[in-house]
Order: sequence, then C-alpha cells, then structure tokens
Amino acid sequence: MSIFEIMGPPMIGPSSSHTAGAARLGRMARLLFAEKIDRAVVKLHGSFADTATGHGTDKAVIGGLLGFLPDDERLKNSFVLAEKENMEYSIEEVKLREVHPNTVLIELYNQAETKELKMIGSSVGGGRIEVTEINGSSVKLTGRMPTLWILHKDRPGEVAIITSILGDHQINIAFMQVYRNRKGDIGSCIIELDQKPGPEVIESLSRSKDIFQVRYLPAL
Amino acid sequence: MEYKSTAELLSLAEKENTAISEIVLKVEMEESELSRAEIESRMMENLQVMRDAVERGINNKIESGGGLVGDEALKMQSFINSNPIEKDNIYNTVISYALAVSEVNAGMGKIVAGPTAGASGIVPAVVLALAEKLELGDEQIIKSLLTAGGLGYVVSRKATLAGAAGGCQAECGVASAMAAGAAVELRGGTPEMVVNAFSLALKNMLGLVCDPVAGLVEVPCVKRNAAAASHALSASTMALAGIKSVIPADEIIIAMTEIGDQLPSCLKETSKGGLAITPTALKLREEIFDKK
Repeated sequence: MSIFEIMGPPMIGPSSSHTAGAARLGRMARLLFAEKIDRAVVKLHGSFADTATGHGTDKAVIGGLLGFLPDDERLKNSFVLAEKENMEYSIEEVKLREVHPNTVLIELYNQAETKELKMIGSSVGGGRIEVTEINGSSVKLTGRMPTLWILHKDRPGEVAIITSILGDHQINIAFMQVYRNRKGDIGSCIIELDQKPGPEVIESLSRSKDIFQVRYLPAL
Repeated sequence: MEYKSTAELLSLAEKENTAISEIVLKVEMEESELSRAEIESRMMENLQVMRDAVERGINNKIESGGGLVGDEALKMQSFINSNPIEKDNIYNTVISYALAVSEVNAGMGKIVAGPTAGASGIVPAVVLALAEKLELGDEQIIKSLLTAGGLGYVVSRKATLAGAAGGCQAECGVASAMAAGAAVELRGGTPEMVVNAFSLALKNMLGLVCDPVAGLVEVPCVKRNAAAASHALSASTMALAGIKSVIPADEIIIAMTEIGDQLPSCLKETSKGGLAITPTALKLREEIFDKK
C-alpha cells in the first residue's frame, strides 16, 4: 500500500468510505461493464443504506458509473449529469449476507438488455475498495494496481499461456486469482500487475485462441 | 526496506540516523518505483489542496449537506482578528484551520483524506499552523506529511481506518496521532519523540464512537476535528518535553482494534446510537429529511 492512500487521496467530501469509495465502486463497475450503460440499479447495504443521502453515497456511485474519479467536482451534480447522458438509474436498499457494512450491489444493463453486469463491492476504509463478487463468482479486486480481468477456456495450460504472454512483455504479476464456476467451463482470472500493460499486451492476449475476454482495469 | 510497526519504523530511522520522514520516503520510493522528486511533487499537490481548503473555509460560509455547520471557521477568524491578544495563540489558528477544512468537506468540496475525509481537517490544521508560526518552507511541510502518512500506514497494517468498522477513534483518533507525530518532526524532535507523540495522541482518543447526527459528516465531526487537532498539538508538546507513553504505540494500535471490535454497530457510523439518537438529533434529522 502507498502512503498516498493514507495521507490522501485528494477527494470530494464528505466521507472517504461513503463518498470516495462509493465513487470508485461505481467506476469499477463501469470499467468491468465496458459498454454504454443504459440502466443502473444501485442497491445499498448496511451503513451505505443508512446514511446514503447525508454522505452523498448515492451521488458518488452514480458519478463513478459516469466515469468520474473521486476528486472530480462533478460528483456533486451526478444525478443531473446522468439524465443528460441518458443513463437511467434507481437507488434501492438491500440486505446482503456476510458482507462489510459499507457494501453496494450494482446491476448494469445495456440498451438491448442483452448484457448485464452484477457486481458486489465494499468500501473498506480510507476510500479503498474491494469488489467481492462479479456475476455470481467470488473475486477479490481492489483497483489499487493495473489489473487484467480475463475470461478463458478452463483447460490445462491456459493460465500458463496467459502468464507467459505477460512475461514476454516484461510485465510482472503482483497478485493473481483464478476462478471457475464448473470444471471445463469458462475460467476467470484476475491479475494485478506492477506495470501498466500497453495495447500490444492486450492484443497478444486477445489473439490467443481460448481467451474470450480481456478487460484492462487501470488503477483507480 | 519495509516497516510493519512503529517499532520497526523507529528502529530504521535510528539505525540510519535520520528522520522518520526519510524512511517513509525511501520505502515509498522502493514500493512505487517513483523518484524522490516525483513523490515530493505528489505530496506538494496534496499540500496545495489542503491550503485551498483552509483558504476557502476561513473566508467563506460553506453550504453543507444538512446545513448543521458552515460558519464556524468564519467565527474563529473574526474572534482572532478582533482580539489582538489571541492572534499569537497557535491553538486558535489550529482550531480555525481544522474547522475550515472540515466544513469544506461537509459541503462536498475538495479535501485530502488523512486518513479519511471525516478526519481531513486535523493534519492540515496542525501542520499548516505550525509551519506558519515557525516560518518553515514547503519542503519541511512535505516531510511532515510523509511522517504523518507513514504513521497512518502502520495503523492500516493492523487496524481499520473506517468509522463504520472501528468508530471515530479509527478516524479522528488516528488523524490526531498522525498529526502529533508530524508536529514533533516540524518542531525539531527526535524520531522517538515522534512515536511518543503518536502514542500519547492515540491513547487519549481510544473508545471514541462514531455517532453522527442524521448520518451527516457535520455534527459532531466538524468540531471534533478542531478538538482532535488541538489534542495533537498538546501531545506533540508533551513528547518534545521528553514525556513518554507508558504503553508502546504498537500495543495501543492493537487495543484500538479490539475496542473497535467490541463497539456495538449502533456506535459505528450507523447513526443508531449516541449523539445521533438524542432528542435534538432526532428532531434535526426529521427536519433535514423533510427538506429533501
């Protein structure tokens, strides 16, 4: 962890967990979705639900979904800006099980409703976040480092192919998590990197036969 | 090089015969692969945001989300300016700056979290007021902010910094301890004094609950920032006088974590206990939500 996460970051108030963290969670959902968001359902849990309006948590999540960073003065007016961008949204309360008190469930849909993303994430203090679930799979995603989210065929050697492509480009892996729902199905790996991967890295990965999706998530 | 506790941080500084800020900077250089100049310039940006927030808060009435705060720093300024005898009192400046930044924060303005937004008035108030009084330059202020960051980092390794998980002790308490350490470094104290100031400040904020009225970062947060900032200055003075904390810093951090775990959730940022459910708070809550 960097000391700039402690003596920082610069941000819009009033709460690092309830405003900055909320904006980051929204932005992370936007990056994961990677398509124009037509409709967003934001479900707040615990302390997020109890004190949303007072902390601007609702405005911050919507601002994050619009792509704003936590220090963007536009966060304050995100509801108005969402309407301008034709992003429909609703804010609801939800009770989730066994999650951090500051947790949000975000559901995103494209216009045709053919694509959806369901993300659960928590604001764990000082504006830092942890995404714990993407589309039903448990993950641990912090957005603190440049991250790749790759969907691939779950078969022997596939992860080795991915790591060797990264190695060929002199990209060092800091943390790596591998998941799958069922054996032989689609595998999902989250790789946190020490360096930013250039477009050529993303392209090499995408060209690989059994890789279905490569999503680059810049550090938040 | 790395440090996971205040003991390790102190022993590195003593071994290299240098300031805490220098160790924090070196470790940050290794971790982030940034140069000294890059780190200093990034901290300089934070310092600028802090200065802007102070300026804005001491000169303007702030529209906060709930309207429960907004002119406290203005009142302090007019008190200081109309009483010549009060001008020289550094506590007045500290109080006024802490109020200013916290009010800007409550109004969805730009601040530097340190370690959180709810506690963002404390470190800038202490550091900027001291730097003015002692006529210190930006270079020294940046060093003191690095020290504050390093101390907060140690806490984050072992404890939470979220009011929702640890209560206000984890926010204003930790900020006060960070500011106390930074103040010692600005005032020319040794690394050991830095750690003692940190301990004295944190120890006396243990058990502080997070019970904001109507769920807003306004009452008691804004004035608590002023109290925690003056508290930091007092702790730094005791440490500079050679007063030591009987309980070592790392044990205080563990005690804070345990207290946080033992606190019921109604006192951890849910606004379901403490000040938040006093008759006045409940009435205010109703008025605020009616307006919306």
